[in-house]
Amino acid sequence: MIGRLTAARAEPGPLLPLEVEGLVVEAGGRRLLDGLSFTLRPQRCTVILGPNGAGKSLLLRVLHGLVPPDRGVLRWAEPDPDRRRLGQAFVFQKPVLLRRSVCGDLAVALAARDVPRRERRARIAEAVALAGLEGFERRAARSLSGGEQQRLALARAWALRPQLLFLDEPTASLDPAATRMVEAIVRDLAARGVTIVMSTHDLGQARRLAEEVLFLYGGRLVEAGDAGTFFAHPASVAARAFLEGELLA
Amino acid sequence: MGEIGEAAATALRLLRSADPELFAIVALSLEVSLTATGLAAAIGLPLGALLAVARFPGRGALVLLVDAGLGLPPVVVGLLVYLLLSRAGPLGELGLLFTPTAMVIAQTILVTPIVAALARRAVADLLEDYHEHLTSLGLRPLAAVPVLLFDARYRLATACLAGFGRAAAEVGAILIVGGNIRDHTRTMTTAIALETSKGALEQALALGFVLILVVLAVNLAAAGLSTMARRIEG
Repeated sequence: MIGRLTAARAEPGPLLPLEVEGLVVEAGGRRLLDGLSFTLRPQRCTVILGPNGAGKSLLLRVLHGLVPPDRGVLRWAEPDPDRRRLGQAFVFQKPVLLRRSVCGDLAVALAARDVPRRERRARIAEAVALAGLEGFERRAARSLSGGEQQRLALARAWALRPQLLFLDEPTASLDPAATRMVEAIVRDLAARGVTIVMSTHDLGQARRLAEEVLFLYGGRLVEAGDAGTFFAHPASVAARAFLEGELLA
Repeated sequence: MGEIGEAAATALRLLRSADPELFAIVALSLEVSLTATGLAAAIGLPLGALLAVARFPGRGALVLLVDAGLGLPPVVVGLLVYLLLSRAGPLGELGLLFTPTAMVIAQTILVTPIVAALARRAVADLLEDYHEHLTSLGLRPLAAVPVLLFDARYRLATACLAGFGRAAAEVGAILIVGGNIRDHTRTMTTAIALETSKGALEQALALGFVLILVVLAVNLAAAGLSTMARRIEG
């Protein structure tokens, strides 16, 4: 049990809202995230939108605690960091799947979060069903197709019963059919009350899923707010150009 | 050339007739090398994993030491174990010199760095791949060692095979600490050295065939593991 998050086995309290103030991340003398301030509200689908290199993935990693910020404050509703971790899950752009079966991969995640053994079987079955991978339980997780792997990663995240789910460009390397299936799962999870924070550079996807938008450009938060308003009346030159399909550097 | 051909034919006859002395030598060789590999795996696998995941003062030096151990000269290891086990040495009272146990000790010392160094590399590569996922799950690297060892199983098995290959083919260390005593500590490699020096090429060649078969089997097993890993791991 060495090193596990044993400090807080009790259910975490509500994680959100999260108030972010003056968030800065620097590397090699460059500001990769430059003074970001915004609020994440519960049970919304927030899309972090922007061109490649805007800092979307980095922002997700900072929020999830994978990268420490250089400056700034993250004010969570749940003060305990270990409990906060228990209330979150992360799905990476390139899914990280273990070198074992679909069930084995799910079992490790559940064991790591100390989900009681008697519950694990049911959660695995539910996750496999959510991913549409019935019949693939004994298949090597890494031998699945790209779309299947990403669905498994999403279902694994759901098996942890997070309040807050971070998705880093989950469909970046998928074809339209696979993207449609992944988006259906994201909608399903949102409908179950999971707060979704996802990054994408795909405008169509942002329009389909976003309730809130954080538009990043060059490491700065250029616009933040209601998705409908953002898409109808973008306030900044960069956002207007992005929405009109111009190639932003 | 005729002499070598004749020796080869006699060697094959010896093998076909299941010569008891020859088979006793083969059996002892396998027993010593397998035991040494087993012990080296028991020490080297956790050590390699620890070096891959843990951060502690002196870790860099230990990694360097283990990596340097890959090139340990067998005769020097043999000499050191000899000094330890000889009657005047610190472990002389145990009376282990010129026994198969002494040979196992020497080979374990030779094989452990191989297993540990390859295991460290395998686990470190895997950790690089899994790190963010494990952190996201709240599993810190030390707690993740069982997961990492299981997922690196094919590369770790290959590391053990490499160690066994080294042990089976090694002659310098076991010759010094085993003494190449007939019916007691004579193994394939020490017997080949002795028989060749005596000019008894038949016995040497017969043992040479078996040794090559063992090494081939090890390589085949390693290749099989690698294919299986590619199929299963995608």
